[in-house]
Amino acid sequence: MTDLLISMGLSPAASKITMLLAQGTADTLYMVLLATFISIILGVPLGVILLVTSKGYFWYSPRFYAVLGACVNALRSVPFIILMVAIIPFTKMLVGTSIGTTAAIVPLTVSTVPFLGRLVETSLKTVPYGLIEAAESMGTPPWKIISRVLLPEAMPELVQNFTLTLIVIIGASAMAGTIGGGGLGDIAIRYGYMRFQAGIMLATVVILIIMVQIAQLIGDTIARRVDHR
Amino acid sequence: MIRLHNIHKTYVLDSGRQVQALKGIDLEIRDGEIFGVIGLSGAGKSTLIRIINMLERPTEGSVEVNGTELTSLNDAQLRAERRRIGMIFQQFNLLSSQTVSGNVAFPLLLERHADKSKVRERVLELLKLVGLEDKADVYPSELSGGQKQRVGIARALATDPKILLCDEATSALDPKTTASILRLLTSLRKKLGLTIVIITHQMEVIKECCDRVAVLDGGLISELGSTLEIFSTPKQDLTKRLVSAAVRRDVQDLLEHLKVHEKPEEGDALALELLFLGEKANDPVIVEVAERSRARISILGGAINHIQGQPLGNLVVELAGAPEVIENALKMLQEKVFRVTVLGYAAKGGQNHD
Repeated sequence: MTDLLISMGLSPAASKITMLLAQGTADTLYMVLLATFISIILGVPLGVILLVTSKGYFWYSPRFYAVLGACVNALRSVPFIILMVAIIPFTKMLVGTSIGTTAAIVPLTVSTVPFLGRLVETSLKTVPYGLIEAAESMGTPPWKIISRVLLPEAMPELVQNFTLTLIVIIGASAMAGTIGGGGLGDIAIRYGYMRFQAGIMLATVVILIIMVQIAQLIGDTIARRVDHR
Repeated sequence: MIRLHNIHKTYVLDSGRQVQALKGIDLEIRDGEIFGVIGLSGAGKSTLIRIINMLERPTEGSVEVNGTELTSLNDAQLRAERRRIGMIFQQFNLLSSQTVSGNVAFPLLLERHADKSKVRERVLELLKLVGLEDKADVYPSELSGGQKQRVGIARALATDPKILLCDEATSALDPKTTASILRLLTSLRKKLGLTIVIITHQMEVIKECCDRVAVLDGGLISELGSTLEIFSTPKQDLTKRLVSAAVRRDVQDLLEHLKVHEKPEEGDALALELLFLGEKANDPVIVEVAERSRARISILGGAINHIQGQPLGNLVVELAGAPEVIENALKMLQEKVFRVTVLGYAAKGGQNHD
């Protein structure tokens, strides 16, 4: 690859940096997309459980809601950079190592699931209660109220919140780079901060900005498309 | 048949305070009738209608629908029973994420082995029933309020229930749309043999289409009777207030300002309020009585209201003439008119009233 770039007229140094940034971008995308995906898989059920056990909903359980809510809040109050270090044993147990992009996915997900869970809970709460009541009046069982009323009706908000989650994870993934997580954050620290190469630092920032812009654009487009209100 | 017996419902608020929404309701709603429940806000109407399909569980009492005691059913049995009771709402409660046909299909697709093409067929049939066959593939946000309620009705009737509960179904609609929805309900009752329960705070709704009506006041039924009875002879103060707000005001205003006294003086006229009901409201009674008794009858005011299409007429008249002529005319009127109320004597010529 580097040779190809040199043959295209780039200087050896520039080719090397380009390759470095390309690799960093790919690593970041891998971390971010996988962590977002897993967060959605775990965060949506968490949000649903939070909602349906809260006051006024069909599986209302004050004690369960209080305990789960407290756990969620506790996880959310740990700063990401501390959480990342604190759960290293858990990360090792899960993926066998605490270094590298795959390992970074674990703390990224752990910190994001409770965040997304709360967002999902809030989104689902915007669904008018009358719709649940109407579904109940038609003899709809609770899990179908969740799958056919709550989730589809809240879809525009949910998509917005997935986008927000993705963007938060992009930010956090850069932080993961500082303790060997790989990706653009790692490059920014090693080259930009430690070797004073401001150009590379700037390049990573630009790439991150572009990523966030694209994510927001795609998210907005999908949210608009699923919104029929 | 819907039978409510000794229904109590008490809510416990967060503060621990208890609120009694219903305090012992006994009610029997017959098959095929349109039954109205009217009351001011906070009277317990919404709770009452939700007790019929157990969206609200009564604190005490029994709910019998189609011969099944609903309070003793488990959740799954209750869901099966609810499929035989349709319900429509003030805010329509349609899914914004689904098209019109998606909404109507909703209850049909709950069935385990729903056949998609059969569902589609049934949906179109239902949309035709409510006059929206051309709106199958649009989203509810593109519909008017009246159209949304029609979709609500189609959805409520999808599982072919024999009972339809209407919770303030026309309260969010303008008078013209309200009338068209009520006409639709009346025609559906006939076509499908429905029993319809209507909860409303609008006496106009009761007047338009209910066979019988219960007045709910402070969690209890304060008055119950046929709509015509309630409108022609309201007994409780609340009922009188509700009725007078819904009928034409002219007569009420006239009665309030009419100056009469009890003892007749020389040359006084006798003021009467006449109530005509049904077919008789159209008979030329006044002319007949005037001709035969030779009393001079002057009409001070009147109004005709239509209750379920039946005329209910109020007329305020003065009879003048010799005492025996007046007495004779009064007798003749009492024979021919549904109800005659003697208001009193007024100075001749009626110049004494407002």
